[in-house]
Amino acid sequence: MSRKTTQTRRTVVTIAAWSIGFLIFFPILWTILMSFKSEGDAIKAPLAMLTSPWSLESYHEVQERSNYALHFWNSVVLSVGSTIAALIIAVPAAWSMAFVPGKRTKDLLMWMLSTKMMPAVGVLVPMYLLFRDFGLLDSRAGLVAVLTLINLPIVVWMLYTYFKEIPGEILEAARMDGASLRAEILYVLTPMAVPGIASTMLLNIILAWNEAFWTLQLTTSKAAPLTQFIASYSSPEGLFYAKLSAASTMAIAPILILGWFSQKQLVRGLTFGAVK
Amino acid sequence: MATAHSRTAARLMVSPAVILLFLWMIVPLGMTIWFSFLRYNLLTPGNESFAGFDNYYYFLTNAAFWQALTNTLTLVLGVLAITVIGGVLLALLLDQPFWGQGVVRVMVIAPFFVMPTVSALVWKNMFMNPVNGMFAHIAKTLGLQPFDFLAHAPLASIILIVAWSWLPFSTLILLTALQSLDREQQEAAEMDGASPLARFWYLTVPHLTRSITVVVLIQTIFLLSVFAEILVTTNGGPGNASTNIPYLVYAQSLLSFDVGGGSAGGIVAVILANIVAIFLMRMIGKNLET
Repeated sequence: MSRKTTQTRRTVVTIAAWSIGFLIFFPILWTILMSFKSEGDAIKAPLAMLTSPWSLESYHEVQERSNYALHFWNSVVLSVGSTIAALIIAVPAAWSMAFVPGKRTKDLLMWMLSTKMMPAVGVLVPMYLLFRDFGLLDSRAGLVAVLTLINLPIVVWMLYTYFKEIPGEILEAARMDGASLRAEILYVLTPMAVPGIASTMLLNIILAWNEAFWTLQLTTSKAAPLTQFIASYSSPEGLFYAKLSAASTMAIAPILILGWFSQKQLVRGLTFGAVK
Repeated sequence: MATAHSRTAARLMVSPAVILLFLWMIVPLGMTIWFSFLRYNLLTPGNESFAGFDNYYYFLTNAAFWQALTNTLTLVLGVLAITVIGGVLLALLLDQPFWGQGVVRVMVIAPFFVMPTVSALVWKNMFMNPVNGMFAHIAKTLGLQPFDFLAHAPLASIILIVAWSWLPFSTLILLTALQSLDREQQEAAEMDGASPLARFWYLTVPHLTRSITVVVLIQTIFLLSVFAEILVTTNGGPGNASTNIPYLVYAQSLLSFDVGGGSAGGIVAVILANIVAIFLMRMIGKNLET
């Protein structure tokens, strides 16, 4: 192949890839642009909207009218809280399954995975009634517990696949060199496990932040995270495009940024290690 | 290295996860099964009585159930078709060398990180709204009548929204798979005179089959439970035109307060999901042989 044809080919692929990428990203870009317009300008025809003056008015209004900060904070508490809780339970479990596997380890892993297959509606009624009877409806504590449990299987699996990659020989070598158990864990295992734990944590925060079944069913206002707060914009009440855009932009921005860091781990986490 | 002592310790370390997941699995599901055999309405508490299979009978013979089942399958198959075909094409494109790969990759993956309520409302208002949406503006510019997507093609519109959210997932997984393709094998085939089409068909396709299966199975699990997108766009309507099984169960149990009927519907949803789950588990289980 001559140099010229590869250059032409590269140019064509570049144009095609950028066009399609832009098209896919466009709804997000449009939402971000619209969030910096006034309500009156936001519903104008696309070109008129683009050329209208920019303003931060919608961001102010979203906070003033509906205490946006509270819902944002709820999202942070729910996603980070459930992730930490899941890690505390999952790290020892994944650790022992990876380093001291028994005859039943594989069955146990598969069984954990199977709990993830249960559709949420299958347990909607009892969960709703239990939450009502224990006074947990619209409480952050109740929701943290549910989110911890629904993501626990993924966390155990991801950690397991990471821990599994730490070679056992390194531990033996450390032991031969006379390292104590404490030194072994602190200086040999931990540094090798930290990247895996960090990416598991990242992916789980993303999943919990975007979870939109239990958060919609079990919260109304006080403990409502952003998923539920944004859903309240589904009832039309006059002009709200710019405010919806501002609320949406702030809701997705942190996750878009975290997501960029976790691209590679995403594949592994969501396919339970089946694709790496 | 595994002594009896370390085995006991290992078991202790696994047990919290196992016990919690076991309780999470068994308690609510057991309650759903129990409720599904009761005549139980939240509006008349204290009047619960045993109903046998009545709830299942009414749920399964209700016309709404069959429509919801059809809608659920249409939604799953429609989104799968778009995301798998689109994902393969997009992954093949992005696997070529071009300028700005990192940026394009980020733009393509972005929709996956948008929470369902945001993506559904952005599409509903900013794009599909028959008065102020972008599609309406484009139609008017071209001198056409704006189309009310969510009123006249509710299920197709929801399929489009959900497919937009899931296209990045299939693309990313297939791209990862393509990048692990054996380059030397490709080059050897090229040297032996295999045409690009033959190389694609005999080398790339078999390599991708496994990843496509994983994509299909995992997406099916999630797509069988689509809920938020329907709640904020159409509320299952008009009529039952965009009601799927999760939405029907929600409407029956929390909007009509029919705990018994809703629970029976929940069990039907569990059975449906399990049929898919069995295949997925086999796939992943095979991969675990190490």
